Amino acid sequence: MSEEKHHIVPYKTYLVILLVLLVLTFVSIAITNIELGELTVAGALFFATVKTFLVLTYFMHLKYDKPYIRIMVGFVFAIFLVVIIITFLDYYYRA
Amino acid sequence: MQTTNANEEVNYLEYKGKYSGIWGWIFSTDHKRIGLLYLYSIAIMFVVGAFLGLAMKLELIAPGKTIMNAATYNATFTVHGVIMIFMIVIPGLPAVFGNFLMPIMIGAKDVAFPKLNLLSWWLYVAGVLLILTALLFGPGVPDTGWTFYAPYSFKTGTNLLPAIFGAFVLGFSSILTGLNFLVTIHRLRAPGMKWLKLPLFVWTLYGTAWIQLLATPVVGITLVLVSLERVFGIGVFDPVLGGDPVLYQHLFWIYSHPAVYIMILPAMGAISEIIPTFAQKGIFGYKALIISTMAIAFVGYLVWGHHMYTAGMSGTAQYYFSLLTFFVAIPSAIKVFNWISTMYKGSIKLDTPFYWAASFIFVFMIGGLTGLVLGALATNIYVHDTAFVVAHFHFIVFGGVGFSFFGAIHYWYPKIFGKMYDKYWANVGWIVFFIGFMTLYTPMFYLGMQGMPRRYYDYLEEFHGGNILSTFGSWIMITGLVIIITNLIRSARKGEKAGINPWGGKTLEWRVPSPPPLENWDEIPVIGEEESKYF
Repeated sequence: MSEEKHHIVPYKTYLVILLVLLVLTFVSIAITNIELGELTVAGALFFATVKTFLVLTYFMHLKYDKPYIRIMVGFVFAIFLVVIIITFLDYYYRA
Repeated sequence: MQTTNANEEVNYLEYKGKYSGIWGWIFSTDHKRIGLLYLYSIAIMFVVGAFLGLAMKLELIAPGKTIMNAATYNATFTVHGVIMIFMIVIPGLPAVFGNFLMPIMIGAKDVAFPKLNLLSWWLYVAGVLLILTALLFGPGVPDTGWTFYAPYSFKTGTNLLPAIFGAFVLGFSSILTGLNFLVTIHRLRAPGMKWLKLPLFVWTLYGTAWIQLLATPVVGITLVLVSLERVFGIGVFDPVLGGDPVLYQHLFWIYSHPAVYIMILPAMGAISEIIPTFAQKGIFGYKALIISTMAIAFVGYLVWGHHMYTAGMSGTAQYYFSLLTFFVAIPSAIKVFNWISTMYKGSIKLDTPFYWAASFIFVFMIGGLTGLVLGALATNIYVHDTAFVVAHFHFIVFGGVGFSFFGAIHYWYPKIFGKMYDKYWANVGWIVFFIGFMTLYTPMFYLGMQGMPRRYYDYLEEFHGGNILSTFGSWIMITGLVIIITNLIRSARKGEKAGINPWGGKTLEWRVPSPPPLENWDEIPVIGEEESKYF
């Protein structure tokens, strides 16, 4: 409905984020060599979450968007979380 | 309000661009042409799906083998389901009427991403062709049912992979359409077209787009997992390898239950446009209808487990899903009460679109109330996997979406084609179709209550009477369908020229010529404050 200014992100920022993502990918692979038991999955999910956050914030420009866009994305994750919780409640109570 | 109707500009049907003939259509990025591409594609597949349904009912006219054996029957109901669900009712109203009308209704010249819009249609065609490949080539026609349930989906020797991949590609088409609509509604509304001035059809497309965007990837990933299970035996769903087939059902229905709302929400939106036009008064409870649309879209995410009561879920999960399912009934009922209240004390014009809308409410109510029987845990166990479920499903999906689709095509036909159809034959088609529909599906409630299981080509003698009636209904319904389609095709060529606003509609599409010019508006309309109530 209205014209908005577009924020230009410098290449340097993109490059730094790319490097961080690559490092985190290697770390998430390396950590599988350590015997963490049930925490292995939690570790993998932790690194995946951090990477998702970086991609959304910088590559998808959430950092520079209006608050309502961030709220919408947050709402999406909330639904995603609820769906996962409901699914795993079935498994929890099935035992 | 300031509008320019671009009367002098050539309309989108006659416009000649870079390409001519059929190329001018399949490479067009005009939202109206893409809407019609979807209409023709869906119509062709609908004829195929209806023919398969007719064959199934013919098989069931008598116990034992009538025209096909058990394996062919299994393949027939699978293909019927895959075509009707993935190729017709899910793209359905958003792809056809959403594409054609939504940009005009919000005062835009096109969708936000026209090329992406064309890509959506191409992906749709690619998905359809992939599924047809599964039917025509390979070791055998898929026989899993449209749900591709594990573990059978990776055990069956039939040609399932292309069908799964086709459904995956169709999902991409759906996601891109949803994304396009979301951005369009957010970004391309005409000046003054605030959120609470949007037509209700646009609101339902908005709710639907969110579901398309968020739920469809779940089924996409699930289908990929089935393929990997089938090819590499990764052990996610296979109990022999430590997997859980119930997890498949969870993942499948996390998408496929919201998918019911992808189908039904735009159908409700179209009804919300038709009823006020023919009641000749404003819609009753505009905001309540918006809230109920979004509530259905939201709660619809959380009730998928009611498809799985007998699958082996925990008792706690069953109670939870049963309780939440009842909550969906509330916004659905709000919509029905608002439609009826709109008609109350209205000056109703009895015309073909109104007949379809009124009969939509009738069949949707039957589908909705029998849905409560299936949502309630105790009664569901009794009728699970019986003909009762098939009847309920068809009252909601075919009754809901089908009646609304036919209502919508009769309502917007003059706008889309610039011609008026023969009203007499349109009304004859409607009544024949309606009688056929009721005769076909109503006996299946009774048969289900009596215990007749679904998805069998054979049945006990005690179910014979109901099945004869049901098959007879299918012949009546097909007769109605032939009348409707013949009338619409014939009228596109020979119908009288339609005016700009033949029904007295209030929304913006009735302010552009019929058929609309290529870019809809010479100047983007400005919506004044005085037009604040409802379009």
